[in-house]
Amino acid sequence: MKILVGIKRVVDYNVRIRVKSDGSGVDTDGVKMSINPFDEIALEEALRIREAGQADEVIVVSLGGSACQQQLRTGLAMGADRAIQIDSDENQQPLTVARAFLKIAEKEQAGLVLLGKQAIDDDNSQTAQMMAALWDRPQATFASGMTLTGDTVNVVREVDAGLETIEVDLPAVISVDLRLNEPRFVKLPDIMKAKRKPLEVITMDELGVARENDLTVSHYAPPPSREKGIMVEDTAQLVAELKTRGLV
Amino acid sequence: MSKTLIIAEHDGQNLNSSTAKCASCATAIGQEFDIIVMGASINEIASQAAAIDGTGSVLSIDAEHLANPLAANHASEVVAVAGGYSHILGPSTTYGRDLMPRIAALLGVNQVSDISAVEGAHQFKRPIYAGNAIVEVQAPESVKLVATVRVASWKSAGNTGSATVEARSASSTASSHTRYVGLQSGGGERPDLQSAARVISGGRALASEENFELIYSLADLIGAGTGASRAAVDAGYCPNDMQVGQTGKIIAPNLYIAFGISGAIQHITGIKDAGTIVAVNKDVDAPIFEVADIGLAADLFSVIPEMKQLLS
Repeated sequence: MKILVGIKRVVDYNVRIRVKSDGSGVDTDGVKMSINPFDEIALEEALRIREAGQADEVIVVSLGGSACQQQLRTGLAMGADRAIQIDSDENQQPLTVARAFLKIAEKEQAGLVLLGKQAIDDDNSQTAQMMAALWDRPQATFASGMTLTGDTVNVVREVDAGLETIEVDLPAVISVDLRLNEPRFVKLPDIMKAKRKPLEVITMDELGVARENDLTVSHYAPPPSREKGIMVEDTAQLVAELKTRGLV
Repeated sequence: MSKTLIIAEHDGQNLNSSTAKCASCATAIGQEFDIIVMGASINEIASQAAAIDGTGSVLSIDAEHLANPLAANHASEVVAVAGGYSHILGPSTTYGRDLMPRIAALLGVNQVSDISAVEGAHQFKRPIYAGNAIVEVQAPESVKLVATVRVASWKSAGNTGSATVEARSASSTASSHTRYVGLQSGGGERPDLQSAARVISGGRALASEENFELIYSLADLIGAGTGASRAAVDAGYCPNDMQVGQTGKIIAPNLYIAFGISGAIQHITGIKDAGTIVAVNKDVDAPIFEVADIGLAADLFSVIPEMKQLLS
């Protein structure tokens, strides 16, 4: 079985982003870029499944300009077997990404697709669900546990009410949550080895995918800031303050 | 056909407050709206939905295979009735976030996630980058609008209405590829975190599952819900459904008290809309004090017992 893992190049999660003063976007010049942390967890899970002998090949795929090859190389260094860059200079929206990933999944006859539950830049949380819908296959979102047995996966999902368990038949699309695993660190020899692993570039035209019904995003603004608060000296003052404000 | 459909969320017993919040968003969009309730034995839930102010009618689809919130089953039902609507709204809870993109893709449209404000029938505001930027999103008017509503940004609509309930039969059968196994609920009898007026939260500094009893006992004293930082959940001090933040729950209680939470941006994004934020932390330089309305640099292990004494 082949596992397809989607990877998005995003501003590193430790970076405090800044909105450009003209409101045209977020400043990414000279900012550290990384694999979306949830996608890294998805890749780690795929590698563990392969290492357990339940998959033959792990393919990482990313949609973006040539810069995202850097994140694909990191994925290869972590242990993916090969990489595919779907070349596109534009910032594509989830429906388009889902369509493009589906083309790859069909071409590769992937048995399992693992994606992060959301990208930490757009916070959309859509691509996995959309891909599953277009594929007419099961989705299991927000996975914090998964067990593969034959052609089914038992998935524990982190939902608002607690931990929900569902069972899905393969092929399936699973989006992963933070507590599923802890991704491995990349070692230097692996980075060298990754340079020799295959990285294929394919265009949106070759896949026959075009953007459609896009949303227009504009007027980037920093969030309204809260008024500066006060510091109290001790618990008695704190409780008095809460009482004065009618909060307790 | 300028009409909105709201997807009701419930736990099989009661309507979730997210539905009345979606109704406020629908009212801001300025169109008539209906509510669709899917489940098994849902008469009571359908009448709760019918009471939401402004509701045109409630479509009640009662079928055994809809009892559990499986997106594959629920999406088919929504798509079957979508023809009569220009807008389809669901909550930005895990239920809505799971379901709505499946509906959007089946309808061939992009989705607007987490509407925090309405600027026009197809123009919205939403947060990105964990709430560190707000953007304006214009959706194409030629196609249906599918969106999730950021529930923390909206107040519940009133419940004095009496809309009609139309019972409809399910248009699809159970999906064969996805099966519901069960739910392990972490929550007890405390107020629901997402709708509680007061929330008491604990962080890594609590240092153990046993110490979280301090958080629970103070919460019970003032009738609060309980929350936690990611670090506390990761460490196993409390269940995952208590996590507040970018990847947990986004909440907007009147009062939020954080004990021993440093205040990573991912946590702050979950509490930005709270009325009053109180932070208690030993570390006077903890970033949580930057957003706190009332801060106290002190040891939570002495502050909580003192608070309990002063409040009881």
